[in-house]
Amino acid sequence: MSKGLKTFPVGGVHSCDNKLSASKQIESVALPTIVSIPLSQHIGAPAMPIVKPLDKVKVGQLIAKASGFVSANIHSSVSGTVKKIDDVPDSCGYKRPAVIIDVEGDIWEENIDRTDSLLKEIIFDQKSIIEKIQAAGIVGLGGATFPTHVKLSVPKGKTCEYLLINGVECEPYLTSDHRLMLEKTEEIFVGIIIVMKALGVPKAIIGIENNKKDAIDKMSAISNNYKGISVQALKVQYPQGGEKQLAKALINREIPAPPGLPIDVGCVIQNVGTIYAIYEAVQKNKPLIERVVTITGKSIKKPSNFLARIGTPISILIQATGGLPEDTGKIISGGPMMGKAINTTDIPVSKGTSGILVLPEELSNRKNANNCILCAKCVSVCPLGLEPYLLSKLSLKSLFDKAENEQVVNCIECGCCSYNCPAKIPLLDFIRLAKTTVMKNIRNRVK
Amino acid sequence: MNNNLLKVSLSPHISGKGSVKSIMYGVIIALMPAFIAGLYFFGIGALRVTLTAVVACVLFEYVIQKYLLKVESTISDGSAIITGLLLAYNVPSNLPPNIIILGSLVAIGIAKMSFGGLGNNPFNPALVGRVFLLISFPVDMTSWPKPILTRASAIDAVTAATPLAIVKEGLAGGTPYSKLLTQIPSYWDLFIGNVGGCIGEVSALALIIGLFYMLYKKIITWHIPVSMTGSIFIFTGIMCLINPQSNADPFFHILTGGVLLGAIFMATDMVTSPMTPKGMLIFGSAIGILTVIIRVFGAYPEGVSFSILIMNAFVPLINKFCKPKRFGEIIK
Ligand code: SF4
Ligand code: SF4
Repeated sequence: MSKGLKTFPVGGVHSCDNKLSASKQIESVALPTIVSIPLSQHIGAPAMPIVKPLDKVKVGQLIAKASGFVSANIHSSVSGTVKKIDDVPDSCGYKRPAVIIDVEGDIWEENIDRTDSLLKEIIFDQKSIIEKIQAAGIVGLGGATFPTHVKLSVPKGKTCEYLLINGVECEPYLTSDHRLMLEKTEEIFVGIIIVMKALGVPKAIIGIENNKKDAIDKMSAISNNYKGISVQALKVQYPQGGEKQLAKALINREIPAPPGLPIDVGCVIQNVGTIYAIYEAVQKNKPLIERVVTITGKSIKKPSNFLARIGTPISILIQATGGLPEDTGKIISGGPMMGKAINTTDIPVSKGTSGILVLPEELSNRKNANNCILCAKCVSVCPLGLEPYLLSKLSLKSLFDKAENEQVVNCIECGCCSYNCPAKIPLLDFIRLAKTTVMKNIRNRVK
Repeated sequence: MNNNLLKVSLSPHISGKGSVKSIMYGVIIALMPAFIAGLYFFGIGALRVTLTAVVACVLFEYVIQKYLLKVESTISDGSAIITGLLLAYNVPSNLPPNIIILGSLVAIGIAKMSFGGLGNNPFNPALVGRVFLLISFPVDMTSWPKPILTRASAIDAVTAATPLAIVKEGLAGGTPYSKLLTQIPSYWDLFIGNVGGCIGEVSALALIIGLFYMLYKKIITWHIPVSMTGSIFIFTGIMCLINPQSNADPFFHILTGGVLLGAIFMATDMVTSPMTPKGMLIFGSAIGILTVIIRVFGAYPEGVSFSILIMNAFVPLINKFCKPKRFGEIIK
């Protein structure tokens, strides 16, 4: 069965699935007593706060404004009183400014439609759709957190032929997109129609990996009612959720190296979570104030999918799954392949938090590295056709110009090379070092 | 649970099951059928030689690392065992122990450790050891006992020339190939290994079982074995078509000597072979062609070891020119 399925042809690994929470319905959690809403939850300039301490806010009220085109609005996810604007640690481990709000009641802005009713009819034109999306502060929810209105504004001279919808969720453990596709199926389709209208494209393809058969079945059945939208089952292969791999798998086109973008090969890619947020923003006037977060891990008592307000401390979500396990050694924001290890459970849920993975002590330590045995297993899994063993050697010797010639900037940091190396060499650590150095060099040259 | 005890590191946070050890022990398992075949055809001599070589290689590695280099020992990774096995497989079953030990010292001490140990050696250690012995002890290294089944009695360990040598000399003396065929064992005997030769190279069947095991375990890919045997087959096939009477046929070339042992276990040595499929195909084909040239035109009846070593030297060059296809690159 899985033989004939589409996928990207070069590289990739099939690691463990471990989708422990795949059958768990999305639940809401009790409101926290205090939230800290970071001002920088997206790629681009941080938002500018427009509230001050002691201000009263409602759910959905704008509290920080985008400071430029590549930036995003931020709304209050709770009602209550602004306590202060202060630096709090975020999932990157840095302390960054955030609006801290004491929660009082749950009073929403009046214009937000909180009912469950499905609104299919789209009354907005292209321009106002993008404006609504921009106003709602929507960013890519797959993890990249790139402001969505920027992606939907196709530059002059480029045409968009396909809208590709990322329902792949190729990271092990994570299930938030999977649950959304099962529970908000129709809404996602309406959301896709909205984005198709915004882009003026006739065709959308939803890619879903074959380990989510129920989602494929449900989405395929409904896709018959929507013209121009098709569902494509994909072979399970990490990192298929990466834009380059998804475009290759779905329409067999190769997005060029940075600064190449999907639009250069005629497509725009959106994650299903983002699509759902777009539906809510356009049809229900609801800004991006909550998202689905998977809390999972082998020792977690009750792996779950929560609908959590932005700013909720993740400790509260972990508590709701039965508490932090005794044997916890590492906590990761995101999946095990690309997620970031965090050193405290006090960080808030932000727009890019797709899941929290708790790893037990025995899975938290890296294994000792051996000599490279030139087995080429890193080369054969690199989906970008790079030579990780070589890049890491060049990086170790600080030969960054050579690394640039070997196209280190093309690396998408998927981690397949480190994952597959039998000598357990932390290849990506060294490659990242080379990549950032080379990017800096390139920027300096341009100046 | 204290928050301060949380571990932080860069992604990825999980790693695959494979390890250097699992690869090495996989190769050792794949080498076992050939060992059993060696025991079956050459008896206690094969056991003696193999044990000596393995123990000597492991011991040399241990001693060199512990007393000379003063580094942590890596003998548990299994690579020294492989070197020992391969060295033993490449020598006759009646080789005296002191020669085997000398070969092991050259293989481990010179070809492996002096370059910095596993992963840094440009040449396959077992082959370096073997070629050193071949040049230093040409007589001992080329007098092969007959297989047990064809000996007249248990103590009759008379040595016999290998089919390769018979054919090479015969053809050089002007005897037509069809006549020589009657002097050598049947293809069936060549296939199962009932023929004089080095311990591990005689049984094509056992080696092919090892090949499939390694392919199944994804330790190696098909590229080198197929391109190497394929190029030998095509090259000798053409020569045979042109002049069937003064050239041996391709099946003979593949089943005799060290072609299969070399193609399956020695040219595929990860450390000393290219990194990309394209590079592997070039590498394998070049070894095949060199082997035929040495066999047909050179002074030695056998050329597999030399060819592999020669091509080992070209691996850095091959790696430089055979890059994987970069994603997003426009093919001109
Ligand atoms: S996978 Fe590891 S051991 Fe193998 S070539 Fe790459 S870096 Fe070397
Ligand atoms: S080099 Fe980069 S793109 Fe290639 S496998 Fe490693 S992390 Fe992924």
